[in-house]
Amino acid sequence: MSFHTLTVAGLADGLASGQFSSRELTQYFLDRIEQHDSALNSYITVTPEQALAAADAADQTRAAGDAGPLTGVPMAHKDIFCTKGVLTTCGSKMLGNFVAPYDATVVRQLAAAGVVMLGKTNMDEFAMGSSNETSYFGPVKNPWGVDAGLVPGGSSGGSVAAVAGGLAPFATGTDTGGSIRQPAALTNLTGLKPTYGRCSRYGMIAFASSLDQAGPITRTAEDAAIVLQAMAGFDPADSTSVDVPVPDYRAGLDAPLAGRKLGLPKEFLAEGLDDGTRAALEAALEIYRQQGAEIVEVSMPNMHLSVPTYYVVAPAEASSNLARYDGVRYGHRAEGVESLEALYKRSRGEGFGREVQRRIMVGTYVLSAGYYDAYYLKAQQVRQLIADDFSRAFEEVDAIIGPTTQGPAFALGEKTDDPVAMYLNDIYTIAANLAGLPALSMPAGLVDGKPVGVQLIGKAFDETGILNLAHQFQSLTDHHVARAEGF
Amino acid sequence: MSLSNDQLRTVAHLARLELDEADVELYSGNLNDILAMVDQLNQADTADVTPMAHPLDMVQRLRRDQVTETDQRELFQSNAPDTERGLYRVPRVIE
Amino acid sequence: MEWEVVIGLEVHVQLQTQSKIFSGAATAYGAEPNTQACAVDLGLPGVLPVLNADAVRMAVKFGLAVGAEIAPRCVFARKHYFYPDLPKGYQISQYELPIVANGTLDIEVDGQTKTIGITRAHLEEDAGKSIHEGFGDGSGIDLNRAGTPLVEIVSEPDIRSAAEAVAYLKKLHSLVRYLEICDGNMQEGSFRCDANVSIRPKGSDTFGTRTETKNLNSFRFVEKAINHEIERQIDVIESGGEVVQETRLFNTQTGETRAMRSKEEANDYRYFPDPDLLPVVTTESDIIGIRSTMPELPDAKRDRFVEQYALSEYDAGVLTSSRELADYYEQVVEYTGTVNAKLAANWVMGDLAASLNAEGLDIADSKVDAKALAGLVMRIADDTISGKIAKDVFVAMWAGEGDADAIIEAKGLKQITDPDALGKILDEVIASNPAQLEQYRGGKDKLFGYFVGQAMKATKGKANPAEVNRLLKEKLNA
Repeated sequence: MSFHTLTVAGLADGLASGQFSSRELTQYFLDRIEQHDSALNSYITVTPEQALAAADAADQTRAAGDAGPLTGVPMAHKDIFCTKGVLTTCGSKMLGNFVAPYDATVVRQLAAAGVVMLGKTNMDEFAMGSSNETSYFGPVKNPWGVDAGLVPGGSSGGSVAAVAGGLAPFATGTDTGGSIRQPAALTNLTGLKPTYGRCSRYGMIAFASSLDQAGPITRTAEDAAIVLQAMAGFDPADSTSVDVPVPDYRAGLDAPLAGRKLGLPKEFLAEGLDDGTRAALEAALEIYRQQGAEIVEVSMPNMHLSVPTYYVVAPAEASSNLARYDGVRYGHRAEGVESLEALYKRSRGEGFGREVQRRIMVGTYVLSAGYYDAYYLKAQQVRQLIADDFSRAFEEVDAIIGPTTQGPAFALGEKTDDPVAMYLNDIYTIAANLAGLPALSMPAGLVDGKPVGVQLIGKAFDETGILNLAHQFQSLTDHHVARAEGF
Repeated sequence: MSLSNDQLRTVAHLARLELDEADVELYSGNLNDILAMVDQLNQADTADVTPMAHPLDMVQRLRRDQVTETDQRELFQSNAPDTERGLYRVPRVIE
Repeated sequence: MEWEVVIGLEVHVQLQTQSKIFSGAATAYGAEPNTQACAVDLGLPGVLPVLNADAVRMAVKFGLAVGAEIAPRCVFARKHYFYPDLPKGYQISQYELPIVANGTLDIEVDGQTKTIGITRAHLEEDAGKSIHEGFGDGSGIDLNRAGTPLVEIVSEPDIRSAAEAVAYLKKLHSLVRYLEICDGNMQEGSFRCDANVSIRPKGSDTFGTRTETKNLNSFRFVEKAINHEIERQIDVIESGGEVVQETRLFNTQTGETRAMRSKEEANDYRYFPDPDLLPVVTTESDIIGIRSTMPELPDAKRDRFVEQYALSEYDAGVLTSSRELADYYEQVVEYTGTVNAKLAANWVMGDLAASLNAEGLDIADSKVDAKALAGLVMRIADDTISGKIAKDVFVAMWAGEGDADAIIEAKGLKQITDPDALGKILDEVIASNPAQLEQYRGGKDKLFGYFVGQAMKATKGKANPAEVNRLLKEKLNA
């Protein structure tokens, strides 16, 4: 049986009806990883023994009648989540030997829901990148263009490649400026960044604390709803976790769309958007109109400043968050250093790759004496203007719709020499992080055989609304069913 | 604003990053490109705008003063590059 | 040239919470290295801080005690620098919006009251410790202390001498212990001080360049370090040099300060609001709640002692210098009654204080408790023993020989006051000193003292002195 073509919902049904066991499933995916991952490089660590033990435990739980929808479903964690007793590298040489001594809250919650972790997925180093080329563990290939050397997007590049390549039914990701949505779009998957504060950040290695958020990477919106159900919730260990009830996400999927208002920011259609992606977006708008939704043009006049705002805020927070990597308590330590200063400078110089060093330096610079007001404070003010743009738009509409990226996947090496060109990959995704809003990318078709996505942005804590929109879209289209050739 | 090679070296020092001299030019070029892009922020009129530090309009939750952690030194130090008698060893700290 | 000294103090007060400011690890002093450093304290990847409610409450308590403003909204900021005892590469502190601002503290120096301004007090986490001995050419890092809650109390540059600095510190030390927010143990580093010192020509209204001497952990060291620094700065300037703004360390062996060797290049701490923590809000009703838990403060207690127990300002000041001492004294008075309050005060500040001092004990560890001391005071008050005999009884009590009554009984120290018994003894004394009697009656009045002495000697000091005087006068002048 081709388990890898089933959705999480489909696997859950099969497990529930006894068509197959979690052990069978787990072994199947471990075999697929063995077979295909040398082409994709989507995993940094595979944990077969733990996975099979967890699968057996899940099968016993099911036999005892205590199973939930995710009990026994295999999955993969982005290597940014601390997993107790398992290597947790964050894609960096700096943590190349770091075995996490504790579980992230999200990992703990998914484990409690009965999932079986197959391993840890590759990612841009410390989640800084949009192509997965900054990983210390080598670039990840996009299953939609292995031979063409297409990037899977980033930073959750390993997670999307694993799911799109059928090496995991679903995976976790994190999204600071688009790191779930952009790679999901480039690999024909559904990727959800929840509202800031919806999923705990405890144990998720910090990149930019006021922007980072964990979320599911799945084939369908229904799967995203199932997985988010287990990931979301209040965590007293995270001061920025929000104590609001978690709704039943799956229950909201089928709500009819008649009368729903979708805002299309005209700024999203400005120069830079490629024609194929624009056409895919317009086709999606048509589907929504057919379902009785109204498309309203809205204006978000400060949207074009989201990339510059982000490239002050995120590096500033990152430069601070990454100050702890000093070679003293864990992580890479330079050999043969004789002074403290050499210990710091060489350990960090050797342990961090170029993109991380670049962002640490940008962040250090914008926070330093004399520049704080001009850069950091100014960016925080513009961030407020961007959040205000959303507030105004949401007075009129229920959700915002637009492209996820300017175009489909590009080739490895194409943008590595030009950081600013690389940063523009996230031009449509960053604003939702700045405002802390939930946002989702869903498959919207192929452009020259390469997938592109459409993005939905919701009001704070209205994950239900955008999942509902995506699910309805997916029940009328089959973009999300398309698979990369050979996977 | 633009950044000289010397300023870049100062920033690298503040961040405790050892740079190859050969990379200084590259990095200062990169940083200047990024800063030039960031300079677009000046297009926005932000007079009287309160800086937004956080997406959440919430206040800090307080934890009860209670000891909840136990000694896990051995586990934690299994990741440490160099320890001696339970302490983390570093090159001499000069005060 | 005459110089004026300008001093501002930064005092780090460790709050006596059970757990750390941002984690659930214990704060107890003296544990094995790194056994009280949890994942959060170590700054492991992925960990997050959650603020301890009691640390906030204690900071507010302090703010109220110095009449300061309590910020309705305060913010934690990250202060960045690399140091091995600082696990995250930044310290979580407060910068632009501290929890406490604009307070004052009154000190007494040479009988004068002076008000010292408190600019601000903010919450922050303590760092760990570097240990140099026994690590060869390296150092060992113990992070047990990392994350211990501190309030850093920053004074205005209102202090003009080492003596004023010490008075300010002692007052602050007493206050934080009154408030039960700090154990005050200076040896263990619970209360430590950085001194900013500068000098300027008398009459000048601009500040000279200041130096900061770090981590002074006793009143004596503060005094010595400041005085040394004043002399050093005067020497530098008078020999044509300039004071350099720098951080200095005090050498407790030599009593001198020296510049820190770790050359601190111009610090650039890159403060920014900590995105892992949200603004801390303190409402008016929070403040009312905290105020209701405030104990009587030293100044108010002193005034009450003057009023209620008819003590001098000085005595009341000594007795209220610590909350424990004041409590002890009030317990004694509870037994002796207010009528004997002055006598009780003399004993607490006299023999009791001397014995505590001699053995280096705190009042809490006194070998004579309040009830026992009150028992002794009562025997003086009711004329059972004299003040002089009482001193011997106290020594026996201190040595653990029992309470005052038992010792008086066992040693037969009860005072002889009965006129008949005393009269008989006096008659014998007079009879056995005929020569002196003759001289006395011949006008040599001074010999009266001789007869008193003989009477005391005959009674082994037990004779009631007042009664001896009265009866002797009668008999000698008869």
